Amino acid sequence: MSVSILKTRRGFAGNPTAEMQAVAKAVPAPSAGSSIGHLMRRPEMGSFLGMIAVFAFFAIFGGANFVTAGGVASWLNVASEIGIVALPVGLLMIAGELDISIGSVIPAASMTVAIISGFYGLPIIVGVLAALALGLLVGFINGVLVIRTAVPSLIVTLGSLFAVAGLTLGISIILTGSTGVAIQADPLAKAILGQFVGGMFQVTIFWWLGAAVVVGYLLHFSRYGNWIFALGGDKVSARNAGIPTDRVIILLFMGSGLCAAFVGMSQALLYNSAQVSTGQSFIFNSIISVVIGGVLLTGGFGSVVGIVFGTVTFAIVNQGIFYTGFDANWASLIIGVLLLAAVLMNNTFRKMALTYAPKKK
Amino acid sequence: MAEPILQLANVNKSFGPIDVLHDINLSVKAGEVLCLLGDNGAGKSTLIKILSGVHQPTSGTILMDGKPIAFANPREASERGISTVHQFGGTFPLMSIGRSFFVGVEPTRKWGPFSFYDRRKANEVAVKAVQEFGITRIEDGDRLVGGLSGGERQSLAIARAVHFGARVLILDEPTAALGVKEAAHVLRIVLEARKRGLAVIFITHQVIHALTVGDHFAVLIRGALAADFRRGEKTREEITDLMAGGEAMAELEAEIEAYQAAHEGRAPGAAELR
Repeated sequence: MSVSILKTRRGFAGNPTAEMQAVAKAVPAPSAGSSIGHLMRRPEMGSFLGMIAVFAFFAIFGGANFVTAGGVASWLNVASEIGIVALPVGLLMIAGELDISIGSVIPAASMTVAIISGFYGLPIIVGVLAALALGLLVGFINGVLVIRTAVPSLIVTLGSLFAVAGLTLGISIILTGSTGVAIQADPLAKAILGQFVGGMFQVTIFWWLGAAVVVGYLLHFSRYGNWIFALGGDKVSARNAGIPTDRVIILLFMGSGLCAAFVGMSQALLYNSAQVSTGQSFIFNSIISVVIGGVLLTGGFGSVVGIVFGTVTFAIVNQGIFYTGFDANWASLIIGVLLLAAVLMNNTFRKMALTYAPKKK
Repeated sequence: MAEPILQLANVNKSFGPIDVLHDINLSVKAGEVLCLLGDNGAGKSTLIKILSGVHQPTSGTILMDGKPIAFANPREASERGISTVHQFGGTFPLMSIGRSFFVGVEPTRKWGPFSFYDRRKANEVAVKAVQEFGITRIEDGDRLVGGLSGGERQSLAIARAVHFGARVLILDEPTAALGVKEAAHVLRIVLEARKRGLAVIFITHQVIHALTVGDHFAVLIRGALAADFRRGEKTREEITDLMAGGEAMAELEAEIEAYQAAHEGRAPGAAELR
């Protein structure tokens, strides 16, 4: 199959180079059946099947409304907010680290932009940049603490989760005397960062897709992705192989801080207000999305497409329940069962990938 | 006689009050296999760690090509061409053969301002390098390392070290966890590496494996070099006795103790024991 593709490409190019011929010879032609087998061994296979199953389930039980633009928007909006955080959290997990401080960075960033640009009335750009800088700073501190103390990142970020939450509450009360602050962004900032497109699709959906492309490039197409996988596989060997592991870990934490801050900041602009406690649900929701997406909790395995599928799956269950006749209280049950099923399925697919060996010809 | 690539001169290592290595003198030349034998706890791992830059000797010198040298970290040692392959070889079980082969030195190709990891090239080079070592079963660079057999992983790791210009190959118990056939495969690869002019330091406690490939043998007991001999100078039984008990062992222990009593607890060097 690949040979025929190469032939066509050669046909387009007009003059077959010796190099390409050599490549065509060197790559053994897989049989037609093996391309399906190849897909089955991808980390995102389980989450793709899960997403299809969940969508089909709610399309059947959710009635006609679920498949309208409004129905799609309801879960895409949820998916986009979780997804922007889930992408860097997934990268960290592949590198063998966890970041739960995002649960505090989101409201902290919301409050930062609301206090600076809403309460004090400074230009919106100042508030936005300050919010993003705050995310980067928290990520930097997390990263430095993790590499310096060798304390598990779950504990380090649990500490910063509470520390940042406390700081946000304390400083908000001191500065504004309230736990909620209103903010009115100018139309341009709102259009870019916190708008409903067509009255229902959040503009964050596009930011999410953009982030997925950037993170996908980093993880799968740039050489740095290899460093991240190696880090999650074996940190000591990765360091011995010459990878600047400390720098990679700090940058990954800064990435998750930045993305969390972005979500918090855009939420404030979208809803025209910020509250000190709005981010806690993101902690588990992002981790669930990432794990459903086929990322191995202990690191070293996963894919960006899988994380996106996992996020969509989670969001469909989260929102789809409202379209069915079921009591919404059952949503958590479904998510719990789904998570376990997804992990079991992902384990199976990972084993298939591990034991795979090409058949003797 | 050619100059040794790597040489240890009177190397001592202690961790706090505990002396782990005493007056080690060893050398290895290009195209030679040095077998380092010793029971568990004899100080083999510490010796490897000194050679590969993880630890620095407390006293004594490491000489490379006749010049004194100090490695601050494993990276420096590997830049000098000292490459260590551990028992389980491939340490990234969930990475593909191509990706793990090139960890840290990924080939890239440019497309506009972006540089992309060159998967096809990585896979091709990795597969070719492994096949040159006689592992012809590996033909797909996308396979995960964890799916390879123990021997294949070792071979991959050795092929990787050789490909990236290792001059001294340190193999830490490469055959310990392997079956007979797999071990034979790895031993063949050790010989292939020797043929290519590498200096191989082969750590094992399996005397048969050592005798199959070794040119030069060193036995460590309680951190001291108990014996240092060339191929054919000792039989298998003698070596086994040396390593793990038997009359020779008891005799030696008595000798060491007598020596230590006479020298304020310092352990003897190999020359003094003979």
